[in-house]
Formats: sequence, C-alpha cells, structure tokens
Amino acid sequence: MLTRREALLAGAGWLATRAGANEGVAGAVGGAEILGALPGKKPLIQRAFRPPNFETPLADLQPSYTGNAVFFVRYHLPNIPYVDAAAWRLEVGGPSAQHPLVLSLRELKGNFEHVSINAVNQCSGNRRGLFAPRVPGVQWGNGAMGHALWAGVRLRDVLHKAGVAADALEVVFNGADTPLLPGTPDFVKSLPIDRALDENTLIAYEMNGAPLPHWNGAPARLVVPGWTGTYWVKHLTDIRIQPAAFDGFWMKSAYRIPTGAFATARFASQETTENTPVTEMVVNSLITSPAPATRLRRGAPARLAGKAWDAGAGIASVEVSLDGRQSWRPAKLGRDLGRFAWREFELPLDTSRSGPIEVAVRARSRNGSIQPEKLTPNPSGYHDNIVQTARVEVS
Amino acid sequence: MRGEGHRFAVWVAVLGAAAGHAISGPAAAVEVTELREGAGRDLTLGRCIICHSVEYIPSNAPAMNRAAWQKTIQKMKEKFGAPITDEEARQILDYLDANYSAKTG
Repeated sequence: MLTRREALLAGAGWLATRAGANEGVAGAVGGAEILGALPGKKPLIQRAFRPPNFETPLADLQPSYTGNAVFFVRYHLPNIPYVDAAAWRLEVGGPSAQHPLVLSLRELKGNFEHVSINAVNQCSGNRRGLFAPRVPGVQWGNGAMGHALWAGVRLRDVLHKAGVAADALEVVFNGADTPLLPGTPDFVKSLPIDRALDENTLIAYEMNGAPLPHWNGAPARLVVPGWTGTYWVKHLTDIRIQPAAFDGFWMKSAYRIPTGAFATARFASQETTENTPVTEMVVNSLITSPAPATRLRRGAPARLAGKAWDAGAGIASVEVSLDGRQSWRPAKLGRDLGRFAWREFELPLDTSRSGPIEVAVRARSRNGSIQPEKLTPNPSGYHDNIVQTARVEVS
Repeated sequence: MRGEGHRFAVWVAVLGAAAGHAISGPAAAVEVTELREGAGRDLTLGRCIICHSVEYIPSNAPAMNRAAWQKTIQKMKEKFGAPITDEEARQILDYLDANYSAKTG
C-alpha cells in the first residue's frame, strides 16, 4: 500500500513525466499542488484561491461527461456575487440593436426554443504550466477543461428578437463579476457577429441536466462551442450589439496570439499586424489512463484510454505509438457525441513483457490538422496541443 | 530558514486536502497568504493580496526573472490600477526577484 506521501508524489508525477518529455524541463509546475474545495464543489487543484482558479484532477476527466462538482473554475476578478435567479435580468441592447429588451430567467426559458449541445469547454491557457520555456500566468496542468451537455437557448434567437441592424460588427458580453479596484478593467468579451449568430452558440442555464453551478456561471452563461473558454462569459448580465470593435482590455490586450501563428478562425475586427485574439481550440488529446506513474502488472489486461477534440470539424482518428514514435496504429474511437464533443479513444496494451512502454498519442481532425511534435511559441502560453506522451512501466 | 514557512503551509494544506478527499469529505479551500521571509515581504503581501491570493507568486517563479517581475508589477500598476507608488514598486521588485526568480527553459 502506498503511504500518503507516496500517493501524493505519484499524483504529481504526471506533470513531471510530461515535462520530462517536453524538452527536458523538470518541475513543470512550481511548488506543491494544493487540493481545495469551493462551496458545492469537490476538491480540485487550487491554482489560486482568489480570484478562484481551480483545476479538474485527471481522475475526474476519465468519465465521458465531466461532473458539475468537479468541473474547472476560472475567474479574473475577485468580486463574484451569488446571483439570485429570480431577481436576475439579462439586458440585450447596444447601438446595433433595433428593439432592446430585458429578459428574466423565466422569459429566457419560456420565450425561446430550448436546445442542448455536447461541447468541450477548455481554457485558452490549459497546460500553460507545461510550456517550455515557461511563461507567466495561471500555471494550469491538463485540467483547465471539461466536457458537458449544455442546455439553454440559441444566442441568435435572442439577438434576432432584439433586432440585429445591418451594421452589426461585434456582440459584447458582460457578467455579474466585478473588479475590486476602480482601475481594474471589468471582464468583458466580444464575439464577431457571425459567431454570435452561429446556431451552436448558446445562452445556457443548464449543465449535464442540472442548473449551472454558481462557480460555472449561474444562472446563465455563454456557450461558444469550438472556441476557448475565455468567450464563455459567466453570470451573463448584458449583451450589446455594436457596429464597432470593442476596445476593452480583455479583448485588446489579453488573450492574444501572434497573428498568423495558428490556423484558427480569424477575428478580423480585433486583428492587428502583430497579434490577434485567441479564438478556436486546436486539435488535441489527453491520455486519461493509465494514470501517471501507474505500474502495470505483467500479464494483466491493460488499456490506454483518453479523449480527443478539436474546434468542431470532429475527430477523424487517433493514432498511438507504443515504440517511441517509430510506428503508429489507430486507436478504437468511442461513440460520436457530436462534432464539438470530445471523442473517447482506447487501445489494449500488451503487458506480456516487463519493461517500459513509450506511449505517444496524436489526434487528427476531419479538417486534416494533426497534433504537432513541437509547441508554437506565444507569449501567453496558449494552444499546447503537442503529441501526448506517457511512459508506462510493466513489471 | 528561507522558504520554510511557505513549504510548511503548503504541506499542511496538501495533507489536509488529501486526507479530506480520501477519508472525510471535501476539505474547504483556504486562502494561501504565506510568502518567503525577506526584506519587502510584508509590503509585497499587503499590496498583492488586495486583489488576488498569492499562490501565483511561487507558482510563477519558474517563469520569472527580474525583467519579467518588473513587467508584471508595471502591468498591475498601469493596467489593473494597483495602488503602488514607484518606491514601493522598487521594493516589491527587489523582494520578488530575490525570492521568486527561477526562470527555466
């Protein structure tokens, strides 16, 4: 039996293993990992207490749907009110709204078609703590992501009710969270009008069949399938349709990548020659089993399992190498839960011989893109989608 | 000993959380307020915790050197409105650089 200390070290081993494979940088995340439970949540990896930034442990990413009590939590501002759902109102207006309106939760639920979608929600900075060379920011491991069934109404149905003028360029979203100091920019995000009007973009009030948890945006949040979590504004309070590019800090200065560095959707109204907003996720995968530092018993049945996802083209295949990337074979894919969902994969592992197995996994999107061997450098450490590796010991 | 207080606090939290997870239900998250002993620690702690808990400081150390801390402090002042005078910013920089500059890679 493992002692408590050994168990903790085994838990931390994943990051060390991954960093070891990642250009030899040891100690992927500074300091020991702390587990902490927010009210209503199970213990998560505490990257910061305030504003709350809590990461889902790898074991909780094994099920097909990530539970509401273990879904990651990411905030930028320290004042996060518990919103009274009965008193909550959503204002929809702005210079390009022809008929501004105010909706209660009851009206939102009752006046528009109820729809649902399986989708991955991944923080732009997921795996930043594994970047080499290291970059500043929340030092996330693999768990600033999750997969859920989101239910609510189409954003476009609400926008059409408010009347979208022909000059609409961007739609701007604010939530109930606020800064502490007057000089701190409020967390406000915008979407290009075409993405806001996409049929898959939702105002969601349910997650996995239950009301949204407080820490995941109650009573209603934006769901932007295929795009990184930064656009999924929580505790939505107002939506503005406007003819000009929104110039707030969180669009103009934060969440940006070098222009042209990634083959992701462009956000033309926010683009400069130097940099542009992070938008879609890139094709990616995660090994969920065997857990890091697991020793497999010789001769015992074992399997490799994990998830693969992209920005909505869908996963075409997941290829696995068990010989240090010399040869690749296809993994068996799980059920297709939708093009914005993650796709589960598995492959039996041969445990007939003792010794290490050098595992590598790469997912291929239906759009032809494939996980790369090397990180694309960018100052904020976004889009770490390199080939995933693990060293499994059979003894 | 330098860093001992911080490490002790972290281990207590880790052990407590692990015990809670395995045995007795969720362990409530608590704010981390420990930083290494050193000149400028109280000033740094006092200014930084106005808006955020300080796990960020040790966790970011492997990404930081003096220039990176300078840039971060400047961002907190200029972009986030942190109430820090120029003299205080210099002392905070000296403290963070002396204790949490460990850039790797």
